[in-house]
Amino acid sequence: MSGRLEVMKTYKLYINGAFPRTESGRSYEITSNKGEFLANACLASRKDLRDAVVAARAAQPGWAKATAFNRGQIMYRIAEMLEGRSDQFAQEISLQTGASAKESLQEVSDAVDLLVWYAGWSDKLPSLAGSTNPVTGPFYNFTIPEALGVVGAIASIDKPLLGFVAAVAPILVSGNTAVALASSSAPLSAISFAEVVATSDLPNGVLNILSGQQSELAPWFASHMDIDGLDISGLPSDQHGSIKEAGVENLKRISAFTKNNEPGRILAFMEAKTIWHPIGN
Amino acid sequence: MNFEYAAAPESRSVVKIDPEYGHFINGKWVNGSSHFNSINPATEEVLSRIALGTAADVDAAVKAARNAFDKSWSKLSGRERGKYLFRIARIMQERAREFAVLETLDNGKPIRESRDVDVPLSAAHFFYHAGWADKLEYAGVDTTTAPHGVVGQIIPWNFPLLMLAWKVAPALATGNTVVLKPAETTSLTALLFAQVCQQAGLPDGVVNIVTGDGSTGSAIVSHPGIDKIAFTGSTEVGKLIARAVAPTNKSLTLELGGKGANIVFGDAAIDETVEGIVNGIFFNQGHVCCAGSRLILQENIADEVLEKLKRRMEKIRVGDPLDKNTDLGAINSGEQLAKIHELTAAGDAEGAGRWSPNCALPDKGFWFAPTIFTGVTQSHRIAREEIFGPVLSVLTFRTPAEAIEKANNTPFGLSAGIWSEKGSNILWASQQLRAGVIWANTFNKFDPASPFGGYKESGWGREGGRHGLSAYLKGSAK
Repeated sequence: MSGRLEVMKTYKLYINGAFPRTESGRSYEITSNKGEFLANACLASRKDLRDAVVAARAAQPGWAKATAFNRGQIMYRIAEMLEGRSDQFAQEISLQTGASAKESLQEVSDAVDLLVWYAGWSDKLPSLAGSTNPVTGPFYNFTIPEALGVVGAIASIDKPLLGFVAAVAPILVSGNTAVALASSSAPLSAISFAEVVATSDLPNGVLNILSGQQSELAPWFASHMDIDGLDISGLPSDQHGSIKEAGVENLKRISAFTKNNEPGRILAFMEAKTIWHPIGN
Repeated sequence: MNFEYAAAPESRSVVKIDPEYGHFINGKWVNGSSHFNSINPATEEVLSRIALGTAADVDAAVKAARNAFDKSWSKLSGRERGKYLFRIARIMQERAREFAVLETLDNGKPIRESRDVDVPLSAAHFFYHAGWADKLEYAGVDTTTAPHGVVGQIIPWNFPLLMLAWKVAPALATGNTVVLKPAETTSLTALLFAQVCQQAGLPDGVVNIVTGDGSTGSAIVSHPGIDKIAFTGSTEVGKLIARAVAPTNKSLTLELGGKGANIVFGDAAIDETVEGIVNGIFFNQGHVCCAGSRLILQENIADEVLEKLKRRMEKIRVGDPLDKNTDLGAINSGEQLAKIHELTAAGDAEGAGRWSPNCALPDKGFWFAPTIFTGVTQSHRIAREEIFGPVLSVLTFRTPAEAIEKANNTPFGLSAGIWSEKGSNILWASQQLRAGVIWANTFNKFDPASPFGGYKESGWGREGGRHGLSAYLKGSAK
């Protein structure tokens, strides 16, 4: 035995820019694919979700009001911070999933590149997805995409970092704020990603991260009346029907995606607003 | 001096209404198993007997639509599909007066509106979408060029032909085939449209029209052979449909209710604003999902606006919808009239002040005088619930932030109006309002090139423009 004992990290939630434990006091054991103990992750509760939504709602107008250039820069900054910690993230992925060092490093690189890809959309997608409309009559008429509001995400359980980034980056880049549930079985990458976010000038409350059980929390995401949209890409498809049904009460915009880099992932959580004004003097 | 208008009725001779109709399935008329009366809401005269579509009728229509999709429609090039739509647009223009008179008889709306708004816009919708049919690869960054297949469409009674056009034109342009159900009280122009499809030589089964009531609509929603549902109607029914569709693979778009805020800032041009307020709430008897039904006035001009609004409302002509001078026609049904009475009674009971001009209403038919309620608070039912009638709720505000707060304080998010002479204020308010359509210094304008649809509980998706088209194409991301 070497003389020094490793200082282990306590994995907590990320709500409103802070790292609280779950209000429920519950945790669950995260093990490596070989069954070794890795951490006790927070088993987030419905109350944690509600706290996170309150933070996300409060942060949303400010984030949407930030210029597209500014949002793009902050998203790019997240990529910079992640790149600098590639080795740490790769090791953490390997520990959780058993992926080889090379595969894990590739996942981190893919996550960084995906963040850069989405960062660049911030000031371009509105040009492509908006329009000026040649209406009949003396009117100027244009359509602009706008952020939807507060969007939930149930991240993929397969790639603990890449799946998480693919869920949250397209939500955030347009000016939405997010409450995201990490992979239930491998949540450590998403929680460490919170440390990256916390050092990237992303305003508090814009991204909130929970760890816990999909089966417990997904229905609460779906029925929460102050969540406007929900990405359920990480949920098994046999659960999509019941989740969509639970989201009907506030006509939540619910989508699932198969591709990571896809402008449709951004537009699924935007609304088109059309404005008319007469032309004359 | 007396400025009374002489009666100027539009002739009914241009329309021929059969005593009874069947369904239009696979290009042919199919007898219904039972029928219900369709009446003229202005006179309660029975116009025709409409077939009540059963699950078997819907099934036959879906099979016809599937067959047409597989065998003819999906095999046509976009260019050829587009030519059919151009034909339909032209025939609708040729038969415009017939459509307008029939719409007014069946719906109760003034001939001035059916003639100048509903019918020309319907034809324009087909003309606009015809041009899209061979250009789908340019339709958007998040769509493919692939149609869904068979689309089930359920439309409301407030703009019967126009809502048909909003639904059918984009569906056909993108290569889908259609099973459409018109509203129970307003089937006649849809059935006339079936004749247009025949005249245009549209392949059998591409458009199928099954008439009926909610049970017919439910059979469409639950039919496993339908790939996409498009619905326009109340939020309540929209949610029922969304729940029914949730466990399936069907796509769904919804155009639902609204409680549009019409905000008048202190610097607005008052006379134009008053015209806009009248158009916002009294157009089509207020049977408009995007009506400006909540007037939100800045306090310093509230008295002046209300005084001028009342003076203007004294001049609104209520009566015979076929009269070319009529401004406000009949309420579409006894059921809707009862709902308006119920909500306005709640306005009285909750302490708002009711005012209507002194206007005589016809003895027969369903009528409601143009009405405003002042002293309305945000908790009043008449400020929260969609009345869907010629009833305006008036609230006031002091600061712009308060106006936005009040305007957005609703689960709906379909439309909003802004009246101000200051450009930066208009753009600021437009940004703050959570609604899909913003009319600044105008109201209730529609165009096929202009996307229409709601935020929040006013719906899913858009209709019109490139955005509306994409709802009829498979998404690239999902």
